[in-house]
Amino acid sequence: MSRPAIAVKGLRKSFPGAQKGDPPKVVLDGFDLTVEPGTVHALLGPNGAGKTTAVHILTTYLRPDAGQVAVAGHDVLAEPDRVRAAIGVTGQFSAVDWLLTGRENLKLMADLNHLGKAEGRRIADSLLERFDLVDAADKVSSTYSGGMKRRLDLAMTLVAKPAVVFLDEPTTGLDPRSRRTTWEFVRELVAGGTTILLTTQYLDEADELADRVSVLDDGRIVADGTGAELKRRVPGGRIEVEFADRAELDAAARALNVSAPSSLTLRLPHDGGVRSLRAVLDALDDAGVDAAGLTVKASDLDDVFFALTGHAAEPTDERTDDSTDERTDERIEKEALR
Amino acid sequence: MSPHAFADTMTMARRDFKHTARYPMLLVSTVVAPGFLLVMFVAIFGGAMKAALVGTGTAHYVDYITPAILIQTVAFSAQSTAITVNVDMTEGVIARFRTMAIARTSVLTGTVVGSIARTVIAIALLFAVAVGLGYRTHGTVLGWLAALALIGLLTLGFMWLSVGFGLNAKTVAGASSSVVALEFLPFISGAFVPTGSMPTAVRWVSENQPFNPIIDSVRGLLGGSPVGHQGWVALAWCAGFAVLGYVWARRLYDREPVR
Repeated sequence: MSRPAIAVKGLRKSFPGAQKGDPPKVVLDGFDLTVEPGTVHALLGPNGAGKTTAVHILTTYLRPDAGQVAVAGHDVLAEPDRVRAAIGVTGQFSAVDWLLTGRENLKLMADLNHLGKAEGRRIADSLLERFDLVDAADKVSSTYSGGMKRRLDLAMTLVAKPAVVFLDEPTTGLDPRSRRTTWEFVRELVAGGTTILLTTQYLDEADELADRVSVLDDGRIVADGTGAELKRRVPGGRIEVEFADRAELDAAARALNVSAPSSLTLRLPHDGGVRSLRAVLDALDDAGVDAAGLTVKASDLDDVFFALTGHAAEPTDERTDDSTDERTDERIEKEALR
Repeated sequence: MSPHAFADTMTMARRDFKHTARYPMLLVSTVVAPGFLLVMFVAIFGGAMKAALVGTGTAHYVDYITPAILIQTVAFSAQSTAITVNVDMTEGVIARFRTMAIARTSVLTGTVVGSIARTVIAIALLFAVAVGLGYRTHGTVLGWLAALALIGLLTLGFMWLSVGFGLNAKTVAGASSSVVALEFLPFISGAFVPTGSMPTAVRWVSENQPFNPIIDSVRGLLGGSPVGHQGWVALAWCAGFAVLGYVWARRLYDREPVR
């Protein structure tokens, strides 16, 4: 087997406590990872699991406290510039120069990679074409839409034709269409032989794109395998039945032989089949209970987490996708360095 | 030292120059404001100051004040630098630069080169305004070269200091106000009026703060009057600013990033 594109062993990183006297906040706690060249590896985990910190260390942005970290065959501490020459990074927050146009941003990257004037121009033109930015090429990038900014960001990452590309939550906050487009770009890149490490909170994204998936929880890898392997360890989904009042809920819980929760929603494991759904409905009918609503849910990150770690991915049930919640990792780092 | 240090610095300097051109507020406050200031001072104080200048070896107020505004121009320019560096550090593109195989500090050195270029333009503009107001030089060619070298060294020092201010400040407002001392210190000196009429304490501060020897030296060199040991004091201050600013800015930039 060839040399791995990414090899991480026993990586540790903690940040100082938010206030003086607070204990250090451990973000990565013995993190191991091996990624084979030419494959897509997904790092799946909830907010605050340490995904962004892991990417920051692998890309030489932050220094590890302990452990061995090699990217493209080079140690991140001993030969950071060798690592930097081999990688491209597109973070969660756009790394674009807002005062420059799209074309100028791409040329800036070409210049910093010492590609020469003519070659830089040619690459800028072809990337503008490929990422559908020709019309906006000479507009200042601060005027771009969210999707365009992400495309420009990715295009800038690809100017130097990196062997290993890091995509930190590449589709967070994107609309479904832009999300699909990003997925297409990832597939094209891999087809061209690039190795990709992507972080995501979405099981479907990991499943769609990745050859292998590592589940990250609280700074450790808790599961590692192909998407199919992980899914086999996860129940099919769940049925959620809502009731109008407590009396109905209690009656239903008795009929289904489960304990009543504190909310008015009863959650039942479900294998995804029609037969088991009918069994639930029949039991409710027999007990003479009327439900206010019923939802069948496919397994999501919460279920994966529950199955693999024994606890929920988030402290609350209200898993929101707004951007304020997605900064946990960043916020810890920021507070730590205040 | 990276083999591409020079090329990367020039790339970053071009980037800085484009930023200045697209940030009209900074362009105005740096390049245009000193000219306005000069016109204002000469128009308002020019007549009244005639008597105060007796014994200073300078007959016209415009000749007396131009070197002072010149040095303030450098300080104004430094404020723009602190602001652009601070804005830069809060943007994601710096994170990208840190993960690229480029000369590590080229983003800073590029900003300094760009800032110096901007300052040169501002100074040239100021001289044009001064000549329009009647400024006349009696300095020798050597005196001029020495004055420009001193201003150049001061610019280098102030730009590195303001890179430090920009890196050190948590917010843009903080970065901007930390340079204010550089802009206003000249007022407590012999920059605008001779120190002879000042109360003892103010006079002591005025004569011993760094701007006084620098402005006096530039005025002497451009005006063709003897400079004396003040020139060496000025040189020492300028070199001190440059070394201190550079070391401080490098240290701040080499810290582990906040984001």
